[in-house]
Amino acid sequence: MKTLLATLSALAVFAFLSDHASADISIATAGPMTGQYASFGKQMKDGAEMAVKDINAAGGILGKKIKLYIEDDACDPKQAVAVANKVAGAGVVFMAGHFCSGSSIPASKVYEEEGIVQISPASTNPKLTDEGGPNIFRVCGRDDQQGATAAAYIVKHFKDSKIAILHDKTAYGKGLADQTKMAMEKLGKKADMYEAITAGEKDYTALVTRMKAAKIDIVYLGGYHTEGGLIVRQMRDQGMKTRLIGGDALVTAEFWSITGDAGEGTLMTFSPDPRKNPSAAPLVRRFRDAGIEPEGYVLYTYAAIQAWKQAAEKAGTVAPSKVTEVLHSGMKFKTVLADLSFDKKGDVTLPGYVFYIWSKGKYDYVK
Amino acid sequence: MEYFLQQLVNGVTLGSIYGLVAIGYTMVYGIIGMINFAHGDIFMIGSFVSLIVILGLFSVGITWIPLALVLVLAISMMITSAWGWIVERLAYRPLRNSFRLAPLITAIGMSITLQNFVQIVQGARVKPLPPVITGHFTLMEKDGFAVQISLMQIIIIMTTIFLMMAFSWLIGNTGLGRAQRACEQDRTMAALLGIDVDRTISLTFVIGAALAAVAGLMYLLYYGVIDFYIGFVAGIKAFTAAVLGGIGSLPGAMLGGLVIGLIETFWSAYFSVEYKDVAAFSTLAIVLIFMPSGLLGKPETEKV
Repeated sequence: MKTLLATLSALAVFAFLSDHASADISIATAGPMTGQYASFGKQMKDGAEMAVKDINAAGGILGKKIKLYIEDDACDPKQAVAVANKVAGAGVVFMAGHFCSGSSIPASKVYEEEGIVQISPASTNPKLTDEGGPNIFRVCGRDDQQGATAAAYIVKHFKDSKIAILHDKTAYGKGLADQTKMAMEKLGKKADMYEAITAGEKDYTALVTRMKAAKIDIVYLGGYHTEGGLIVRQMRDQGMKTRLIGGDALVTAEFWSITGDAGEGTLMTFSPDPRKNPSAAPLVRRFRDAGIEPEGYVLYTYAAIQAWKQAAEKAGTVAPSKVTEVLHSGMKFKTVLADLSFDKKGDVTLPGYVFYIWSKGKYDYVK
Repeated sequence: MEYFLQQLVNGVTLGSIYGLVAIGYTMVYGIIGMINFAHGDIFMIGSFVSLIVILGLFSVGITWIPLALVLVLAISMMITSAWGWIVERLAYRPLRNSFRLAPLITAIGMSITLQNFVQIVQGARVKPLPPVITGHFTLMEKDGFAVQISLMQIIIIMTTIFLMMAFSWLIGNTGLGRAQRACEQDRTMAALLGIDVDRTISLTFVIGAALAAVAGLMYLLYYGVIDFYIGFVAGIKAFTAAVLGGIGSLPGAMLGGLVIGLIETFWSAYFSVEYKDVAAFSTLAIVLIFMPSGLLGKPETEKV
């Protein structure tokens, strides 16, 4: 029996060693693969899978293949930390995630401790890079930019309208709503109502009636498309023509499938649409050929992996500390979004936010 | 005043939905003294089945709404009832004579199983349904604020009242109802007198599931969006309603649902949307301090 055990453990050690020697480079993406925000998780998964496939087809990175872990944090802060610990244990050197700011921020503490490079494609709360370590980056904008853009637009176009600001109490939703409120107040416009909703609920009729009685013309929502869609639908049910203005968490076709025609005219802020870049055209076509519409954050996830790959090649190693140095060096990375670089905090140097309008099931720039 | 009326309409509708789900909790508790935590998920399955059937009917060209709805209701009630029966058969009947907590644990297990099952089979995304029943009536209008009640809201309130009355009658006046009440009082004695206890309990679950199917359909038509998680949220609220009204009592479930719905709505209307759940659950706590068996519950006499 003893000999058997000894043989087995020797075999196990051997297996472990040999596995380690030929190991691929492990990277990960994490987002809400399940739960009500799963459509965003799918965007990240699609983007990451395509990026890894393309890199591996072109010979991998530093002569090695990339192995992609796809993890589900369900936009739950606790689960996000568990995911972070799990990928750290699996030897992942780079995380192209997470989606929700509420997940990214607590998970970033783990990545900081473990020395894993994190480039979030989508988390916009300023705290992520303000408080995060040197190895925390993002390729999307920040909510203070997004809030300022939204506020400027609202003050310019809806000066005399009554406005309600709602948020869903999440790090992203409340953060964005507060940034917009602050920026609006700086420009001299006060919100007529400021309320918190609970994400995941379906009945907002009481709130809608309240806004109706207060004769609200514009609802600014810091929150995700599922709640936004329901609020629009219930406003129309009660005969209100109030317009919804949201942030970048409305950039999924699922928003329209909830609202139907009621969503017509909904405004939102998002970075300039990378699908419209001429240089992105071949990639966009390949996504569409694979049956994937590269909307929302698909190309952002793709770009995060591209930036990391170029940094690792420049550094000549995937060791996170070296890659972090290159990422901070101000080097220009050629990505599908644009040629981008990162500043001291780890924020991306890309043009900020623009306004989009939903019409007939699609979103496009406001003319 | 107009504002109050409009919020009343909102609150009564929400309360009716809670009440419909709460009846299922209360019926099962009344007979076997057990909380069927999987009932919220049966409700969720009911709304998924309804959605699938509606889309199926539309795709084969049955678009005349009244006919489609009757068909959906019938099919969905049948399929959901089968689910209710299976849940009882698998998770509760084998534990009938086990200690009291055992079926409670299987109920929670069943609830998680059903949720995950639907999540895997149907996907985690929300499932929308475009508005099917549209149209509303303006009750009164003043200063540009119209008090409206939609056709859907009327249907929900009417359905709830009708089902409430139908089930009170069923339990009070039919053979099955008598058997149910007998099982509630003393299962062994009922069995000795020739009542098939297992069958009676199974039927209770089937009826509860059929009601959940109705509630699921109403929910789907009213909100237009469902996901695999709705059973949990609605289940918690409905369970609260059942306890508030006095668990085991049918009118209690209805009353509890209305009270919870109205408190949530009016708290959102006049105080803060953020704290409506706090208000609802505080009310529950206060009521239970002064009336431990709920608003309409019978005080439990401990048999010695």
